[in-house]
Amino acid sequence: MTTLTDPPKESFRLSMLIYDTRYRSMTIQIIALIGFLLLLGALVSNTAQNLATLGKEPSFRFLGEPASYDINQRLLEYTSRDSHLRAAFVGLLNTLVVAVLGCITATVLGVLIGVLRLSNNWVVARLTAIYVEIFRNVPVLLWIVFTMAVMIETMDPPRAFKAGDATMSLMGSTAFSNQGIFVPRPVPADLGWVLVVVLGLSIFAISRLRGRADKIQESTGERPGIFLISTAVFLVPVIVAYFGISAFASSNEQVFVARSEANAQNLTAFSDEIGKIDYCHSSGKAASLNGLRFLQENEIAIKRRNYFNRSATVTAFEEGRCNLIAVPASSVDSFIADLGQSDTAGEENKTVPAAVIQAEFSEGRAVEIEYPAISEKGIPRFEGGIHIRNSLIALWLALSLYTAAFIAEIVRAGILAVSHGQTEAAAALGVRPGKIMSLVVLPQAMRVIIPPLISNYLNLTKNSSLAIAVGYMDITGTLMGITLNQTGRELETVLLTMLIYLAISLSISGVMNWYNERVKLVER
Amino acid sequence: MSDISFVRTEMLPEQAPPASSVGAIGWMRVNLFSTPLNTILTLAAVALIYFVLVALVPWAWSPTWNATSLKNCREILAELGREGHFSGACWGVIQDRWVQLFMGFYPPEHYWRPISAFILLGVALLPILYSDKVPAKMMWFTGLYPFLMPLLLWGGSVWTPVMVLAGFVLAFLVYKFLTEQTGELIGLIAAVVVAVLWWGFFASALAGALADIIPVGLEPVDSRKFGGMMLSLTIGVVSIGFSLPIGIVLALGRQSDLLIVKALCVGFIEFIRGVPLITLLFVASTLLNIFMPPGTNFDIIMRVIIMATLFASAYMAEVIRGGLAALPTGQYEGADSLGLNYWQAQRLIIMPQALKISIPGIVSTFIGLFKDTTLVSVIGLLDPLGLSNAIRADSDWNGVVWELYGFIALMFFVFCFSMSRYSMYLERKLQTGHR
Repeated sequence: MTTLTDPPKESFRLSMLIYDTRYRSMTIQIIALIGFLLLLGALVSNTAQNLATLGKEPSFRFLGEPASYDINQRLLEYTSRDSHLRAAFVGLLNTLVVAVLGCITATVLGVLIGVLRLSNNWVVARLTAIYVEIFRNVPVLLWIVFTMAVMIETMDPPRAFKAGDATMSLMGSTAFSNQGIFVPRPVPADLGWVLVVVLGLSIFAISRLRGRADKIQESTGERPGIFLISTAVFLVPVIVAYFGISAFASSNEQVFVARSEANAQNLTAFSDEIGKIDYCHSSGKAASLNGLRFLQENEIAIKRRNYFNRSATVTAFEEGRCNLIAVPASSVDSFIADLGQSDTAGEENKTVPAAVIQAEFSEGRAVEIEYPAISEKGIPRFEGGIHIRNSLIALWLALSLYTAAFIAEIVRAGILAVSHGQTEAAAALGVRPGKIMSLVVLPQAMRVIIPPLISNYLNLTKNSSLAIAVGYMDITGTLMGITLNQTGRELETVLLTMLIYLAISLSISGVMNWYNERVKLVER
Repeated sequence: MSDISFVRTEMLPEQAPPASSVGAIGWMRVNLFSTPLNTILTLAAVALIYFVLVALVPWAWSPTWNATSLKNCREILAELGREGHFSGACWGVIQDRWVQLFMGFYPPEHYWRPISAFILLGVALLPILYSDKVPAKMMWFTGLYPFLMPLLLWGGSVWTPVMVLAGFVLAFLVYKFLTEQTGELIGLIAAVVVAVLWWGFFASALAGALADIIPVGLEPVDSRKFGGMMLSLTIGVVSIGFSLPIGIVLALGRQSDLLIVKALCVGFIEFIRGVPLITLLFVASTLLNIFMPPGTNFDIIMRVIIMATLFASAYMAEVIRGGLAALPTGQYEGADSLGLNYWQAQRLIIMPQALKISIPGIVSTFIGLFKDTTLVSVIGLLDPLGLSNAIRADSDWNGVVWELYGFIALMFFVFCFSMSRYSMYLERKLQTGHR
């Protein structure tokens, strides 16, 4: 009879930490962790020691201090008295602006070029191949700097516009100067927001109409024609609203309020008394614009001071940075009564001298258009309109063209990945070539295209940090540029910038991955 | 019945195809004018090419090679009766500065050093790029090249790279000995510790002592004198060279089952890939000295190379991870069934195949990094773009745009385009067709 003995029970020995695969992985991990912690500890202690020697305690308090530098492109109200934090936020918005603009143009261009590169047209296919190779193989920074240099060196300075050597393009509405492009700015009246709401409702109604048409098509096979009715739904309410608001706005009488002790009754008298009129101009208000036009028509010399919005304009008036402002006639009494009472006004501005000047001008139309014009006096420069700066154009154009080359290759690869049988099957069903591309090939190619497209969007966003080379004030230019130089806080600013970019990258890839999950082919 | 037959009894002779479907006309009908849309596209493209050429050719055809300044260029062109902004290119700037654009401020009497360093780089790469045509013994030179290159570029005593090399030899010996005596893990750890101790405490002292006894070396060249294309190439090549091993380790770490190792690797890779290179270069220019032990002072090019290496290694890790993922599981299982342990399997079975698959990706990472080296101009190094700013600030050449940037773009294009063609050739060559 045989007896089965249990295998000897293994006791844990120290050497098993090295020789036994069950425990060895633990050993390796712990050693790796210790190594990492040692490295981290060394880094932190070195940093602390070095910073102590330099006399810089790490702190983020500088973010609350006044930035005292200007940002030339801002989507938010910002003055040099605002804090570094706000400056960084304005910079972050600028980064997002150029990233979003760049992604849109790069996608449009990239898809177009990718499709054209596959065209059976020999010349076009070669031309797009040359485009792709040229843009892919030259550094993006070179494209950015080059575009900037070309704009500065070859376009006309405002001086030339003043002298008449250069003229404004697009029927005198747009100026391509070496300081950037000046385009007309639509300036809405107070009720202008109604137009946007109406437009939004119309678009919503059209999408409902389309949904209904889709449903009918699905159940009966016949699609009701909705082109005419959607055009009507799109246009009629907006036009009605436009004229309605215009009628209201043109009856909205405006007056000027002057910052003056004497009770001047007309503009000429005020102009003579004060010598120099600084007109408070709020760039988003039709009333402000019409006031300006009124002053220009009456040939009253003014200096125009632009402010971001109404409240900034009023604050400037209270603080005496300008001495003339346009106010609705109906609310002029309460306006004068409220002067100096707001929290933002300092002690010294509690009493503001104000005098009403009667003048005949109204708020105008629902949307007024402000055209850029060369300044009459002083150094020639453009006033009014929207100033699209050189730096934004250079960055936007170069990033879009560069990334478009990569996107074109992705699109081409995606289309080639769709089996040729799909195209042939669609053709056999009698689908036209253009429809085959949009209904059969592209939807399938999308699944191949989207993941690399995400990483190209990320690259574009990260490359937008090259703004610093052309002086575009993005997050790199503000937080990691001027704020760093002014406060000398290298550690905090650089780390904060890195974290912000990391957050942007992670959120873009998160959103795009979510989208990818949605359009992904669901397999059993 | 009549004997008239309606069946043809003899073949008709073959006829030539219609003239409209053969030759140049036929080709054009198929390729250029097949549909109205195609015709419009063709005409638009031809018009575009025509206008570009009409603007470009007379501009480029400009006898200004010997001009000494932009003003001089304008004078030469004015003598020929050509006035205006686009009357002609000013090639004098290229003639004047091309050496600087390639070499920066490297002392002219030492130009042979960077030139030979880059030629030898080609030689060192031969056994990797053309493994089937070059004797395998050449790998020894490839192994030694990383120690030769800094000596040639920066100069200094020959003993410093020798001592660094000695550290590797020592580590290898320790590893070999201890692996036989005890176990692989202990051997590996001991080898790393010995090497770090050697480099940290003995290498520099010994190199100094040896240099005193037998002073052999090249005249040192300061990093500040590096510039132009040579700087871009140096940063690109060194960073890619270092990032390859680091990238392999990171990729393996990301694929491994060890939780902590994996988390560390993923964290590192995602962090680096999530931030722009420019922020890392700012770390190099402002922060790296704060992170180092007090008193250490790297020169700026070293710091840039360190950060560029970290940057490239994260991307490299992803490329290699792709290669690893593309390998069929059978390869891993085959290695296991042969009884190979992890490192043996990696060295003999997995890595040779994974690296082969990822060579095109590695090349495109290199192209990307090489293009990104232009970013160093932002932190004040004089790469071709940094030099272009300096040249444009020079009163002689103030206002030169197209010629200068065109030349720099051409320099980059030649390098990047040839590399991308090579990678496409490799892709075709490596496609073994078993998928």
